Parts: sequence; C-alpha cells; structure tokens
Amino acid sequence: MSTREITVTVNGRKRTAHVEVRRTLADFLREDLGLTATHLGCEHGVCGACTVVVDGHTERSCTQLAVQADGREITTVEGLAAADGTLHPVQQALRDNHSFQCGFCTPGFVMSIYGMCEEKKAGRPVPCSREEIREELSGNICRCTGYQSIVDGAEAALAGAGTDTTGGQA
Amino acid sequence: MKPPVFEYVSPASLDDAIAALSAPDAGDVKVLAGGQSFVPLLSLRLAQPSLVVDINRIDELATITEEGGVLTIGSLVRQRQAEHSDVVKKACPLMAEAIPFIGHTAIRNRGTIGGSIAHADPAAELPTVAACLDAELVARGPGGERTIPAAEFFTGFFTTALAEDEILTAVRVRAAGPATGAAYEEVARRHGDFAMVGVGAQVRLDGDVVAEARIALSGVDIAPVRASKAEAALTGRTVDDSVLEEAAQAAVAALSPSSDLHGSAAYRKHVAGVLIRKTVATAAARARENR
Repeated sequence: MSTREITVTVNGRKRTAHVEVRRTLADFLREDLGLTATHLGCEHGVCGACTVVVDGHTERSCTQLAVQADGREITTVEGLAAADGTLHPVQQALRDNHSFQCGFCTPGFVMSIYGMCEEKKAGRPVPCSREEIREELSGNICRCTGYQSIVDGAEAALAGAGTDTTGGQA
Repeated sequence: MKPPVFEYVSPASLDDAIAALSAPDAGDVKVLAGGQSFVPLLSLRLAQPSLVVDINRIDELATITEEGGVLTIGSLVRQRQAEHSDVVKKACPLMAEAIPFIGHTAIRNRGTIGGSIAHADPAAELPTVAACLDAELVARGPGGERTIPAAEFFTGFFTTALAEDEILTAVRVRAAGPATGAAYEEVARRHGDFAMVGVGAQVRLDGDVVAEARIALSGVDIAPVRASKAEAALTGRTVDDSVLEEAAQAAVAALSPSSDLHGSAAYRKHVAGVLIRKTVATAAARARENR
C-alpha cells in the first residue's frame, strides 16, 4: 500500500501525517484529523458539502487527494469561529437569516460564502446581486430546499464583508 | 466511493513526468491534472490505474503567454485563472466566455485548461472552444514535442490523439484581432452540469460583412463538431435574421445527435439551431463594437 508523509496547515495548525496516496483530502480531514464538520454528500464533486478553502481558494476536498495538499494551507468550517466561540460574520449572517434546516449542506455553503467574502475583501469583483449569488452558489446543493434563506444569508454576509472588524480569525 | 489502490508520483519536471509515463513497467498509467473529472472517476472506480502521475508540481505548465499574435496557455493553468486573465479575455474572448459554464467556482479553481481538453468529454466547453478556433494542442512524449491540430485531436467519446506516454503541455490559438467578437451559450438541466447542447461562435467582420465565421457545437456527437455549412452560409454575408436562420438550418441539417435521458435527438437539434442563431448574432454585435 502506497503511503506518503504530508505536512498540511489546517486552520492555522501544522499537521503531519502518513496517508495512503488514495486518501482524498476530505477523508484526511474527517478520518485522520477528526475534523468532521466538512461533510461528504456525493463524494464526486457535485454537491459542494465538502467545500474547503485551499491556499485562499474554495475547492472541493472530495476531488483531490490528501497527498496533493502537502505544503498547502487549508481552512475548514471549524477554523472560522473565534476561539471564544464568537461566530464568524458569515456564520452569524446565516444564523440571523435561518439559512439552514437540517444543516448537512451548511458547512459547504458557509465555506463558499466565506470564499466570496474573502474575494470581496481582497478587492476582486464578487457577485452581489441575488441572481449572481444564486449562480455562484449553484455548486452547493441543499435538499431541504432552503435556498431562499441561504441567499438572504449570503446577501447579508457579502454586504458586511470588508466593513466589519469583529469576529473571525481568518 | 473511495479511490482504488494505486501507485503515485508527483514529479516536479516535465521530463520526469514523461519518464514515469513511459517506463516499461508503468502499467495502466494515468495523468492527474486538476482532477475534477479524474478523481470522481477514481472514486466511482470507473478508472483503476496502477500508477497516477500527478503533474500539479510542474510549474512550467502553468503559464499564459502571448507572443507574435499567438496565445499559449499552459495545460496546468487553472480554469479560473484563465477566466479572469486580461490576456485571455483579449486574445481569446471565446474561451473567457465559455469558462463560466464549466462546473462552479470551486471546480474552476482547481480544474485545468489542459485537463478538460485531454479528458475530451464531448459535452464539455474547452474542447468545443479548441475545435472552434482550430487550436493547436502541444504534446510532449519520450520522442519529443509535436503539435496536433484540434481537428485531429478529438477522435471520439473521451478519446484523443494523445499517446499513452504523452502529456498535453499547452494550447495554442491565434490571438483574436480587431473586428472580432465571440459568444458561448449552452443549455443544461442545471447550472454547472455538462451541456445538452453548447455552441461557441467567433465572427470577424470586414465592414458589415462576415469575413470569417467559426462555429462549434458540444453535446451533439462523440466529439466537438464544427458547423462548417453554417460557417460557409455566413461568410461574405451581412448578419441579419434571415441569414442567421439559413446558417442555423444548414448546421442543424448536418447534425445527427443521439437521444438520451437528458434530451431527444430532435430536441438537441432544435436547441442547436436556437443557440447558433443566438451566439452568431451576439458574436457579430461584439465584432462591430470591436471595429
């Protein structure tokens, strides 16, 4: 069985592990690091539940191998709230707008919206109209059909991005 | 839904990657680029290679350059990088128009230009762009480098002219000049899905007359299809509703798409006609703006 040693910075913490080369990044996060908030829905890149931020870009963690993350920096949804439990502004916006029902898809939505907010903060053009938000979030599937409130939450989060000074380590 | 067991190498140079691919004991070897199609294929066990050659560390494949009127996009350039590249927007507007139809942001952040072309899904956007623009596909193998015209590259369903021990290293297209406009449209059941039918069109005008029309379709055959009859019907003409209709009918008559659960052959032909009219009209309007 082919294995490699990898060192990955996850939520600001350096982690070194031996992984099978066939291990996906999602399984590495969940099974090896115990970071089970990154969810696996379809496991083939369709549902978006496993979305994480890799080196500043949102990526699917189920469509890459853990060994490919060697030397890279990853943020999962566990890395967003402050140490004292204060929610990240994106999480707060989604909570304020009741942007979830069962919650299974929520980590993926949070990371996709977080990615959009980070792009906006960096001064890059970011979709802000409801229609554009819907298009941008079309890679995340919610089976409770809660899109209306999710778009509400994303709109609120994007409106606040770059203007707030509270919460969130990342 | 977990990848099968395989051996793995991630060389930092193209030569090392080719050596790994062409080793006599390599067995069933596959190249891993962005992995947005390949890793799902592994997870679904539709692909069970003995060796995976990961080319993501080969930085020399990740550059975009324009020189002497030729745009060269390295095969490892991420789709999102090309989508937002000012050089690509100017020199290859058709590609910039087509990329937003690929999957979603998180897919395009990782998916590569070369990976999509080498994967050769007949419903995909980038093979259609390559066919439309008569792109040159640059391949490197143990015997050196060769250039494959797009018309000879896509040989069938998920099949290309690349040899087992060759790597697609770059895509070359002639940079779009003045009075040129491009448009891409597709119809899919959901945003981000592969297209039932997609159409890319690029039009160059001479005054009000079409000097050159290029049209390619996805989803209607086992490989991207050029609508050469429609291109001929447009050349030398002024684009108006009747000319658009004539071109669309000429293109559709030459198509023989198959039916599947996503759409019947008749529906695909209908959509192809609609999208040809729409994309050519938009491309011609943009060409007029660029005069």
